[in-house]
Amino acid sequence: MRRFALIAVPYAWLLALFLIPFLIVFKISLSDAALAIPPYAPTLKDGFGALIEGLDLENFWFLTTDDLYYKAYLSSLKIAALSTFLTLLVGYPMAYGMARAPEEWRATLMMLVILPFWTSFLIRVYAWVGILSNEGLLNQLLLWIGLISEPLTILNTPTAVYIGIVYTYLPFMILPIYAALDRMDDSLIEAAEDLGCSRLTAFWLVTVPLSKNGIIAGCFLVFIPALGEFVIPSLLGGSGTLMIGKVLFEEFFNNRDWPVASAVAVILLLILIVPIVLFQRNQQKQAEAEK
Amino acid sequence: MVPSLSILDRKEKCTVSSPVFAPWDDPNEKPLIRFENVSKRFGSFIAIDDLTINIYAQEFFALLGPSGCGKTTMMRMLAGFESVTEGRILLSGKDIAAVPPNQRAVNMMFQSYALFPHLSIWDNIAFGLRRDKMPKDKIDARVAEMLKLTRLEEFARRKPHQISGGQRQRVALARSLAKAPKLLLLDEPLGALDKKLRQDTQFELMDIQESTGTTFVIVTHDQEEAMTVASRVAVMDEGRIIQVASPANIYETPNSVYVADFIGDVNIISGTAKPAGKDRYFVDWVPNQAPIVAVSETGFSDGQKCHLAIRPEKISITKDKPEDVENAVEGKVLDIAYLGNLSTYHVELPGGQIIKAQTANTRRISNRGITWEDPVWIRWNATAGVLLEQ
Ligand SMILES: Nc1ncnc2c1ncn2[C@@H]1O[C@H](COP(=O)(O)OP(=O)(O)O)[C@@H](O)[C@H]1O
Ligand SMILES: [Mg+2]
Repeated sequence: MRRFALIAVPYAWLLALFLIPFLIVFKISLSDAALAIPPYAPTLKDGFGALIEGLDLENFWFLTTDDLYYKAYLSSLKIAALSTFLTLLVGYPMAYGMARAPEEWRATLMMLVILPFWTSFLIRVYAWVGILSNEGLLNQLLLWIGLISEPLTILNTPTAVYIGIVYTYLPFMILPIYAALDRMDDSLIEAAEDLGCSRLTAFWLVTVPLSKNGIIAGCFLVFIPALGEFVIPSLLGGSGTLMIGKVLFEEFFNNRDWPVASAVAVILLLILIVPIVLFQRNQQKQAEAEK
Repeated sequence: MVPSLSILDRKEKCTVSSPVFAPWDDPNEKPLIRFENVSKRFGSFIAIDDLTINIYAQEFFALLGPSGCGKTTMMRMLAGFESVTEGRILLSGKDIAAVPPNQRAVNMMFQSYALFPHLSIWDNIAFGLRRDKMPKDKIDARVAEMLKLTRLEEFARRKPHQISGGQRQRVALARSLAKAPKLLLLDEPLGALDKKLRQDTQFELMDIQESTGTTFVIVTHDQEEAMTVASRVAVMDEGRIIQVASPANIYETPNSVYVADFIGDVNIISGTAKPAGKDRYFVDWVPNQAPIVAVSETGFSDGQKCHLAIRPEKISITKDKPEDVENAVEGKVLDIAYLGNLSTYHVELPGGQIIKAQTANTRRISNRGITWEDPVWIRWNATAGVLLEQ
């Protein structure tokens, strides 16, 4: 009985917070837009038979007729992939530095990585507007030291979106890589050097493979939320940056077309299922290897 | 006791394979490694203290000492992972301070084995060979040879976590031997093994050392292990080497109470020396007892404090007062430790000192005449013990 309860709780959680909302969204995606409250038909008020009758795949079909949607998906994939890679480039050295730092420093460094989470995400992204705009801190600094004579246009370009994503998701990259590096036995590096490796080859042949699981986990933790990201592209990316999160928002709030918005969301979820399953498998493999 | 047995072994070996392997006695022999007044400090802590030592090619050299005395630090300086604070280390006559670890003809077998968990046993052994850009077929042949030597052929495709502790230890050995280094450093290589496996592996190590001709430096805190495998043993304490000698010499003629006590079982009787003819001394050890007669080549002045170290197996025990012996003392049996082949008697002497005497059990238990509380006599020859200053 207790075992049943133990298993039932997480499943009930999943059911209530994931599966049921998903089914609702899925149902809406099969409905038609209507001038009503809620703004789609049919609903349960029409009776169960009519409800089933009225469902069709029309909205999904619609998504293929306008190339805005597939461009937005592709552009999101590209931005998420590239910013994941950039986050890895920035995060790996930081995680490496943390793992190599003297024992007494590590807790403080860890603190510094987590600290930004204590302020609102929205405020931190707005702060980047202040830094990156034409009259922003960055341009003022560069003009002042004479590196540039004209202000650089960074805000409202994809570059600003990359900066925003890398900045926001950096801790998700650093923490799993740090955990992997911290677990690694230092004598492995010495053994590699002893057997004829230079510092650099020892890093490639031993450190990188042994932090592989951390790298994979970090990349998924950045890629998955970055793919559906809405706040960063709308605040920093301007009108020129096409991302699926923004399209979804516009369908939902500007066009009030809930069924199409739901269809966009369902497709996004389907795209995300692949990396999520891969991520879960990686975590599982890692847990097994540690047994 | 194992040390005494292994000394017998070694003596036999020596008589068979003459000339005796003792390059340290030959003034013309150049050492492979020379520590020259080497000191190592971590902050203000002195880990190695002005240490000078020579290690010769093809030696099996054992560093023996309690935990924290600086054995690993010495190894790490040889391998290049620690710098030398003062003095220098010469390998084949050349100062190696500036040579990074990956360019030293030295390989180390780590205390933790340090096997690469993401590589198979085969790839672990091939790791060092690949770094040397050795052709593929040569690597295959060498790895196969190493697998055969360490009897690991069946496990070549497994990962380190899929084999037992003893097998992992052999992989670590194979990996460090694969590059045929001039010098192989073994840091407590057998520490994680149980007794039986450890003894087997000790003999394996000796075989491998003999067949490859590599110079081995082995760190251990197990004196039996050092005595079994080594051609010479260095006993260390607090960053210094107290004595370096062959296992037989270190057992028979320790240079201090510390060494005598560290290697095997020993009785120490402290007293004052009184010269009694050439190399002979009387030792006054308790009031109202006849002085002990001892022979010593090191000189002692009249009234100098001294310590007589005697191994338990050099003391015999009888019920009746022995006649015509140099040293005989009456005492009382406190305890008998029956070890199967041997029995150790703990005998309390006048003045309260307890002496251990050991006899071989050549007769059946029921025939032994001595039991607890019996008054007994113990005796030994003047040459049985070593007279030490400190
Ligand atoms: N990197 C280091 N920093 C400070 N002290 C050290 C360091 N390495 C070793 N020591 C100290 O040096 C002494 C000798 O250590 P070690 O050579 O490891 O001893 P062992 O004989 O047990 O192998 C120990 O007291 C140890 O605490
Ligand atoms: Mg050690």
